[in-house]
Amino acid sequence: MTGTPVAVRIDGVDKVFRTRKGGEVHALSDVSLDVAAGEFVSLIGPSGCGKSTLMRLVADLDPLTSGEITVFGKSVEQARKDQDYGIAFQQAGLLPWRSVRANIELPLEIHGVDARDRRDRSDELLALIGLEDFADHHPDQLSGGMKQRVAIARAMAERPRLLLMDEPFGALDEMTREHMQNELVALCQETGAAVIFVTHSIPEAVFLSDRVVVMSPRPGRITDIVPLDFKARDEDLREDTAFYEGVTAVRTLLHGSEQGGPRGVENR
Amino acid sequence: MRMGRAAAILWGVAGVLAVVMLWEGYKALAPADGIVVGDVTVLPRTTDIAMPHVWDMVTRLFEPVTRAAGADILWWAVLQAAAFSLGIAAVGWVIGVVSGMGLALLMQRWITAESAVLPWVVLSQTVPLIAIAPLVRRWGSSIHIGSFEWQNWMSVAVIASYLAFFPVAVSALRGLKSPPAADIDLFRSYAAGWWTTLLRLRLPSSVPYLLPALRLAAANAVVGTVVAEVSIGLGGGIGRMIIEFAATASGDPAKTWAPIFGAVLIGLVSAGFVALIGVGLRRYRRGEVPA
Repeated sequence: MTGTPVAVRIDGVDKVFRTRKGGEVHALSDVSLDVAAGEFVSLIGPSGCGKSTLMRLVADLDPLTSGEITVFGKSVEQARKDQDYGIAFQQAGLLPWRSVRANIELPLEIHGVDARDRRDRSDELLALIGLEDFADHHPDQLSGGMKQRVAIARAMAERPRLLLMDEPFGALDEMTREHMQNELVALCQETGAAVIFVTHSIPEAVFLSDRVVVMSPRPGRITDIVPLDFKARDEDLREDTAFYEGVTAVRTLLHGSEQGGPRGVENR
Repeated sequence: MRMGRAAAILWGVAGVLAVVMLWEGYKALAPADGIVVGDVTVLPRTTDIAMPHVWDMVTRLFEPVTRAAGADILWWAVLQAAAFSLGIAAVGWVIGVVSGMGLALLMQRWITAESAVLPWVVLSQTVPLIAIAPLVRRWGSSIHIGSFEWQNWMSVAVIASYLAFFPVAVSALRGLKSPPAADIDLFRSYAAGWWTTLLRLRLPSSVPYLLPALRLAAANAVVGTVVAEVSIGLGGGIGRMIIEFAATASGDPAKTWAPIFGAVLIGLVSAGFVALIGVGLRRYRRGEVPA
């Protein structure tokens, strides 16, 4: 990793939530991780391991308790204000009163990009996600997969060099999910953005990632990092032995050597 | 399944006819002294004084108000009174909607404001209208700013707004708080401030909650206006007309019903007005949630 520019540096981060009754929940303990520019990193682990929390800290949606996170060398707050990242959640979260195009243009509109440039950019993105014919449709007229594609296009509207994705395909059926994974690989190759991708699904993490970060709960921490170096990430990879070896490696780390490990991890 | 326009009109006419038939049917079949159980009259008398024929009410509308020379035709007098009351109700509605929205924004912006203000908002509605009417009138009459002098109709509008602001404040607060956490996070990730989030997320999200509240506020403003006209003693509107005509009920029973038709007309006009607002805001009502 030396020599490559760093997109996200997470250094000794702790996150403690205070509950209303005065108790404390140790969500993250001494987490350190560097994500290189253009690198695809998945966070995987059982429910409550703090993977979403970690992503939210990077996004500056929650304050961290101790440690430091920098995004492209800046504080997370500055990075958020500079729109250095795009974000997508499990629910597409499109605004129902806006057309597909207007949803994609939302961040540009908020940041005062003029109408012409907005339209050019949304044209590009609509072509990229293959929804040119749906520009004037509204979210209630789209399928789940289409909505999620629009949400990803919206996250990419300002050409961020970092994408933060919190189980963006978690609500989709298996067929759509694989299709979306293929599209995401293509999108990332085109844009060269670094990605932090939170998921429950082992095959999804292995298929998409340069590195899979395995986390464990109470307190949330990183237990292992699995590097994956596939030549090409396409449909053939899903049938490849190297892919299965990766899946097995991650699964073993998650479950320990025993079968029937922690709940909340999908083995599909 | 959408009804055609013609079918909708047909059903509307059928509804009115059903009421007329119920009225006349009961009048024809029930005994003149009403239906009495023991000493208690459970259903009204059917005499011409208690229940005039529908056609008598309608024909009465086309006769002069009084026998005095030069008196207006009744329907015209009712229409003028209705327009007068509608105007006051509209002013009350606007004041109510603006202050209701203002309170909701205040409560959304500062949580402490919500816990401080919301109980008073709820409590305000338990004070009877009759009790505040004289107070408002007295406070108003002590206001003199330059050449501005408080008029009685303004007191009526203020009382109407007192009824109208409540549903708006409560529903708008619910609507402003309705966007899911992920949407709020998204706007935070855009580094959008409170104003931007309000204009582009919270206000549009609150429309489905707001429209039923506006309709309720309109009905409340009309009721408030009619009642306040009576308790403040403001002439010229439907409220006073109902009282005046009721005094002549024994001699001219059909006339009593004319201002009630006027009140119904005000209600219909204001409901139609809110429906128009709903049409204007229809893009914000996709996937509307029942409030």
